Amino acid sequence: MSRRRSEARPRRVDQATIFAALGDGTRLALVTKLAGGEPRSISQLTQGSRLTRQAITKHLRVLHSAGVVRSVRQGRENRFELDPRPIVGAKRYLEFVSEQWDEALGRLKGFVER
Amino acid sequence: MADRIEKRIELKAPVSRVWRALTDYREFGEWFRVKLDGPFVEGQTTRGNITYPGYEHVKWEGRVQKMVPEQLFSFTWPHIPSFDPATYSDDYSKAPMTLVEFRLQPTKDGTLLTLTESGFDQLPAEFRDEAFRRNDGGWTEQMKNIEAHVTKA
Repeated sequence: MSRRRSEARPRRVDQATIFAALGDGTRLALVTKLAGGEPRSISQLTQGSRLTRQAITKHLRVLHSAGVVRSVRQGRENRFELDPRPIVGAKRYLEFVSEQWDEALGRLKGFVER
Repeated sequence: MADRIEKRIELKAPVSRVWRALTDYREFGEWFRVKLDGPFVEGQTTRGNITYPGYEHVKWEGRVQKMVPEQLFSFTWPHIPSFDPATYSDDYSKAPMTLVEFRLQPTKDGTLLTLTESGFDQLPAEFRDEAFRRNDGGWTEQMKNIEAHVTKA
């Protein structure tokens, strides 16, 4: 079976696009479905959803332009898979800043309570 | 996924004490670990140098947005992609900014402090990429080591 990556490198998309892409219940559900790592076809992604194939396609397009979903060709079929790098990176940066605040606020607490 | 950070912390100190610790530039510098050149003034930028061990080469900068006595202190500050001395640049003129807000509320035992930092959606991709490349948990571990080291001293 031939499997070709259509995009090997992540595109550089700003954070706003990613947050906006993930700020929607349907798209988050699609991301969850793809989180298993297995590429899925549009038919598979439409299964069990109340949305039409067209609606799912539209949401996939938004995720694709945010760089969190990429399309891969498997045989004659187009499938979609998750690229976790932008999501993990955005989350990790927030965690990094968050940890710094925890430490700083801990020092502030010690400072005002002494 | 949230694009902001929010922290709440109960401080056993009156609002007036917490307000001073936040807005007096010398006191701010003590707990934040930065040596600031001058006071915080609404609409103006305060600059200084980080005093945190290992980060002394890093400049601190914040532009005060609001100072509502004993209620709200806020500033915007730049995010820089790298603290690594090899790639660090102290030119923040093109750095993306986030908004930091401290809100104070009196409680029975002292002060409820709410910190929010927002505007992360404005950050360009390089922050995400850099954060992704960074070793998972490596930084946290390193910070804990430093913390342990300095509290022992």
